[in-house]
Amino acid sequence: MFLQHLLNGVTIGSSYALIALGYTLVYGVLKLINFAHGEIYMIGAYLGFILISLIPTLPPSLQGNVVLLLLCVMLLAALLCALYGYYLERICYKPLRNAPRLSPLISALGASLFLQNFVMITMGARDKIFPQLLKSATITLGGVSFTWLQVAIIASSLLLMAGLSLFINHTKFGTAIRAVSSDPYMAGLLGINVDSVISLTFMAGSFLAACAGVMIGVYYGTINFTLGYLGGIKAFTAAVLGGIGSVGGAMVGGLLLGIIEALGAGYFSSEYKDVYAFFILIGVLILKPSGLLGRKSHERA
Amino acid sequence: MLSVDNIELFYGQVHAVKGVSLTVNAGEIVTLIGANGAGKSSTLKAISGVHPTKAGSITFRGEPLQSLPAHAIVGRGISHCPEGRRIFYELTVRENLLMGGFLLSGTTALERLETVMELFPRLRERLTQLGGTLSGGEQQMLAIGRALMSNPALLMLDEPSLGLAPLVVEKIFQRVVELNQGGLTVLLVEQNAHIALGISHRAYVLETGRVILSGQSADLALDERVQKAYLGG
Repeated sequence: MFLQHLLNGVTIGSSYALIALGYTLVYGVLKLINFAHGEIYMIGAYLGFILISLIPTLPPSLQGNVVLLLLCVMLLAALLCALYGYYLERICYKPLRNAPRLSPLISALGASLFLQNFVMITMGARDKIFPQLLKSATITLGGVSFTWLQVAIIASSLLLMAGLSLFINHTKFGTAIRAVSSDPYMAGLLGINVDSVISLTFMAGSFLAACAGVMIGVYYGTINFTLGYLGGIKAFTAAVLGGIGSVGGAMVGGLLLGIIEALGAGYFSSEYKDVYAFFILIGVLILKPSGLLGRKSHERA
Repeated sequence: MLSVDNIELFYGQVHAVKGVSLTVNAGEIVTLIGANGAGKSSTLKAISGVHPTKAGSITFRGEPLQSLPAHAIVGRGISHCPEGRRIFYELTVRENLLMGGFLLSGTTALERLETVMELFPRLRERLTQLGGTLSGGEQQMLAIGRALMSNPALLMLDEPSLGLAPLVVEKIFQRVVELNQGGLTVLLVEQNAHIALGISHRAYVLETGRVILSGQSADLALDERVQKAYLGG
């Protein structure tokens, strides 16, 4: 049973990790919690739903490979969400760059409410049911049952996280993101366009959140316009657990949170599944506010 | 090369620079000396575009600079190495340097990295270490090396001696003189007027946001007022 819960936990945890990365990246460059990030995740799921619904209208010759089609859906939804992230920052945060810290926070909450209601009005308040494209058989191996979909979700998430790590640690623009996180003033003096780096960060975070949205939509089969609220808070918890601002921390925190939730639901009570995240959030904030992999922030003179 | 004409700069209500004018000719080391709050650093900030000016003009090689954002001014050939070194602590020495060459293409940046490491061999030894693990003197070398990565025509150095042991300071200024002999123009802000006047060609003395004296550094070092106020004479 333990392995079963563990596998379920890793599946859901890997998408928490993907969303948590968006919180942590944006926190790094702006020292701001983007509370509208959960809605980007929700919009990603909806874009995935819309695109998947369009699949039956494609010519039959293109409908052969469902796995490839789903990958294309995820990629397209993620790219569209990157644009959402770009404009979210441009409209809601950039004008408030030099405002008191409370202002962008309120702006974030406003953006969150707006996006939720925007989706409710345009897509309807009822749950959306994903068409069953993958007739995924359940496989049992050593007492653990899983579907290929779960395997695909875990594998894609790990690949995306590896890709992000490569980008952040080994490319010029990734290094620029870290430089801006460290000292935006100095980064500007060296010729780095700080505004572009901030935009890039929002786009990368939104891209990953949308991937998580599509995967979770396909996994559970139903989505709702309030999806981003709980998903956002849980991923935020994951980011805080791992240490906000730390890329590795967000990954570890996400996976850990998913596993804790699954074990809690399995061994104690599944009714309280969503409560465990909040216990953890409160516990981390009291006992170790800098998180598992977080550094103590050193203020500059 | 650089001409600053009657600039005014404010921090909110505080009038930090009140009509400062100065010129820097190609090949010179020019220094700004003065007490804390005299407007020296603020003048550099106005030139590099990190703080807007209210009035006056700044031209570099005949082109106006004030309409450009800070990140574009580096591309024009001015590099600003600010007060406090501002090393990226979480980045390696190599990454710190490469960020200094952000506007260069990949291969040019690597060539430049080689040149800078020849100037500061210590940095080559520390290449994979995190910036935050370097000593103060090494951090200052890294800061200057990083500022040189963009291959500037004019280097603006703000308080490079701050918090460093006298021997290290001497070493760093020796390197600045060598760079200048190699053709680099330097605009230096320094509290340590002794050293600043010793290595520079010309100097401006600032007090409460105004230039109160200017001239050849050798002459200023003998000036009674300068000696009283800044050289402990």
